[in-house]
Amino acid sequence: MDRQYKVVHCKINGKEVEKIVDMRASLTDMLRNDYRLTSVKKGCEVGECGACTVIIDGEGFNSCIYMAVWAEGKEIWTLEGLTGPGGELSDIQQAFVDEGAIQCGFCSPGFIMTSWEIVNSGREYTDDELRKALSGHLCRCTGYENIFRAVKKTMLRRLGKKKEAELVNSQGITEYPEPMPFK
Amino acid sequence: MYDIKALYEATSVQHAIELLQEHPEAQILAGGSDVLVQVREGRRAGVELVSIYMLDELRGVSIDEEENIRIGSLTSFSHITNDPIIQKYINVLGEAVDMVGGPQIRAIGTIGGNTCNGVTSADSASTLTAWEAIIEITGPEGVRRVPIKDFYIKAKVVDLKPGEIQTAILIPKSSYDRCYGHYIKYAMRNALDITTTGCSVNVRLTEDKKKIERVRIAYGVAAPIPMRAYTAEEFLNGKTINEKNIKKFSEMVLEDVNPRNSWRASRALRRHISVVMAERALRDSIEQAGGVING
Repeated sequence: MDRQYKVVHCKINGKEVEKIVDMRASLTDMLRNDYRLTSVKKGCEVGECGACTVIIDGEGFNSCIYMAVWAEGKEIWTLEGLTGPGGELSDIQQAFVDEGAIQCGFCSPGFIMTSWEIVNSGREYTDDELRKALSGHLCRCTGYENIFRAVKKTMLRRLGKKKEAELVNSQGITEYPEPMPFK
Repeated sequence: MYDIKALYEATSVQHAIELLQEHPEAQILAGGSDVLVQVREGRRAGVELVSIYMLDELRGVSIDEEENIRIGSLTSFSHITNDPIIQKYINVLGEAVDMVGGPQIRAIGTIGGNTCNGVTSADSASTLTAWEAIIEITGPEGVRRVPIKDFYIKAKVVDLKPGEIQTAILIPKSSYDRCYGHYIKYAMRNALDITTTGCSVNVRLTEDKKKIERVRIAYGVAAPIPMRAYTAEEFLNGKTINEKNIKKFSEMVLEDVNPRNSWRASRALRRHISVVMAERALRDSIEQAGGVING
């Protein structure tokens, strides 16, 4: 059978774009090969590791199990869209650096996209909710604690809770100072 | 690139049916979290696919003119969980599908795909079975409705004839009215894991909240397809809410459940947790319904 191709129009990182795409391509293939957005990692390619996560219409998806042709008319964000015009890191990326939430770096783009969705929601997640929201990613280096802390601190800072963010301890628990004892 | 022979994109339900008739070998592609993974594994390599994912008309939850809760087959798990109608009338379904895979899987996975796949471990299946959902199927001959217990034929086989697609899942008012339920998923991990055995219970209490008017209990992975434990249900219907009856009910599920040994868990473990889950899910459902356990 002849190869099938299709023109796919979408918005990637805020820019309207269109390209002819192979119908067999996954969204990971399209973003990496046609748009050179190589922050989108090819990990397991079966939707388990989360390294290929991108934000589509405000929600995190594994781009490896998403057909490229389904991107038609969608608004897609990848890690490349988070940095400033001069390559400045966004707050969530900087938090990953500051907290040592990156080691080999393979899971980081996916993790940061999910984290970005969380901090953009304007909602304060409980610790359990945060862990659940991050549970679609696998990291074999960090043991997750540093990642958890980076996300929690950024979430609190975005909510204007700078003091609380400083009280997050190395285990990710907010440690309020002991109240003054009664005398 | 996926190893697929061809991908045909449907632009409407009618178009999807025509495509399926034109390409009788083709398989339906909804969210793809099962089908595309199986293509990658090689199990479905080289297939022709008819994609229905872009059919937004099959998305969303509403209450139709017969007062059924109507869930479009392509509604994703995350949208079901966040839907106000689901939260108001059948919250347990939102909770059950919130246990599927991880967040990104719940964004792409559809309730239609979860049921059409025909596997007993599907997290939506036991709750839909417990709430006696009606499956709406659209095909070349028009629309037909099938109760979910008849929709599942055997493991991995559902009642979809050539050219047919599932278009909605309906929960009749008689099924959801004044009902409260709870689902328990037993698995090895809290995320990205398949259910070892799942149990969904719901109850409707009498006016005075002292008796069970109707109880329904369904299991996933207690048999090759999702199943109800009718013997236990019949025992408890109309009975007073007390410790003795709750215990008896949970033990009686063993009359019906028939799990198998698999690499995931043994038959003995599954039988044991079936009893424990029945009791816990029943207690939670009674509590939600405002009932009190008397003695």
